[in-house]
Amino acid sequence: MNEARILDRTVPRQQQEWDIKGALNFILGGAGSGLLVAAPFAAMLRADPRPFVALGLVLVAGGLFSVWLKIGRPWRAFHVVRRPSTSWMTREALIAPFLFAAGALGVFSGAPLFILVAALLGALYAYAQARILKANIGISAWRRWSCVALIVVTAVVEGVGIVAFASPFWPSLAPLGFLLAALIVARYIAWTNYIADLRRTGAPKGTLQAFDVFAPRFLILGHAAAAVFALIGAIGHYPAALALGGAFAAVGGALFKYTLVCRAAFTQGFSLPRTPARGRGRPGPGLQPGWEPPQAN
Amino acid sequence: MSAQVNQDKRYVMAIDLRRCVGCQTCTAACKNANATPPGVQWRRVLDIETGEFPDVQRTFMPVGCMHCANPPCMHVCPTTATKLRADGLVTIDYDICIGCANCVMACPYDARSIQHIAKYAYGVPMKSEEARFEPERLGVATKCTFCKDRIDLAAKTGQTPGVDPEVTPACVNSCISDAMHFGDIKDPNSNVSKLLAKTEHFRMHEELGTDPSIYYILDGEEA
Repeated sequence: MNEARILDRTVPRQQQEWDIKGALNFILGGAGSGLLVAAPFAAMLRADPRPFVALGLVLVAGGLFSVWLKIGRPWRAFHVVRRPSTSWMTREALIAPFLFAAGALGVFSGAPLFILVAALLGALYAYAQARILKANIGISAWRRWSCVALIVVTAVVEGVGIVAFASPFWPSLAPLGFLLAALIVARYIAWTNYIADLRRTGAPKGTLQAFDVFAPRFLILGHAAAAVFALIGAIGHYPAALALGGAFAAVGGALFKYTLVCRAAFTQGFSLPRTPARGRGRPGPGLQPGWEPPQAN
Repeated sequence: MSAQVNQDKRYVMAIDLRRCVGCQTCTAACKNANATPPGVQWRRVLDIETGEFPDVQRTFMPVGCMHCANPPCMHVCPTTATKLRADGLVTIDYDICIGCANCVMACPYDARSIQHIAKYAYGVPMKSEEARFEPERLGVATKCTFCKDRIDLAAKTGQTPGVDPEVTPACVNSCISDAMHFGDIKDPNSNVSKLLAKTEHFRMHEELGTDPSIYYILDGEEA
């Protein structure tokens, strides 16, 4: 065995602090903010955007509530706003009240201006969530721009997917299937780029194994099936097909974020450039146990 | 992103991996000095076995908070609980921390822990555990402090951390093989500056830009 024995925490391990409650902030927050982004498109297709904005706010609030249940000192939660200079978690928390205000005004007044402002803030919120993950450099699967792109695109796909799911109530939403299919293609590109980035730069074996297990379902149901149903719904004006496509796309995104946070988030582990020379012994080669080395170009 | 602290001192640790025998005395000394509960180790020693029989090697590597000069834990901390002091120590204010665990994810050294409920060695607290229980540490991030109370004492007494045991971290004092050294790397005459000048060393995961304050010695002159 050329690899170091697994003792203590030498090798990367799945992070334990953010469980499903922590992941729900990204699952619900991403879907909710994506729904706010998608609401103006629903309005353009003569559907009432207000239910979508309202649901988006509920989802974002659900995500924040879930993470509030997770933190160690919930009654001090407002301390979260104290470091806007560098912390994306602070920035996410600061965007939230404006997002809720604009969204609530949009729901109650129906004014397009507020719906649009809520959409912009929704996009910002999704971006802030992606940057929270990227700033956590202890987790190799998160600290990369390819992850930011994937998280943001996933949020928009989920939002449009949820709007598409409502197409049986608003048949005029049928053309949304084209947008959904295009976004699914964009998410596929972001996903393949992300996985290639992980393999190119090297990553913990556990991270790659988690994604290897998840990838077939994600690609077949979350992408291929979702895109086909979306296009059938759009071309043939079948709201049920479009709804199915939207559901597959949205659920696929949620499962991806669950995997990213609760299955593939391995710590950095430790490494040695070479082993020390002790006594009359000679130094040994370097090692980084538990890592898949970078792929050669 | 870099830390905006003008450092006149920077306390670092130099650990000679050739000398460490993996006795875990530093681990025990740290637990004793800081009363960390079961399952929480601010200082631990990794035991890495490499090679194939009969050509095998064991390397013992003490790890903990690296007190980075560019600490990712501080940058992500939304509450300002994590701070970088002018002497290079990275600290946590338990009264501000909300236990969000963002810093735990940001640390590439697996150095931080959050204990949500009180734990005792035998389930129920012994008198010593009761006496040293610190409720403010529950539900917040904790980690190695480089024994900051001792460093702060040095400022009052005029003693030198790394030279005078009263103001030197417990793990360094306890090391039976003289593998661990502590001092101010900004002072060219300090013990660690002299030691690092004549040895081959590396810092863990430097490529991540954290500028860590623990140096691992691999070769060169002995202390």
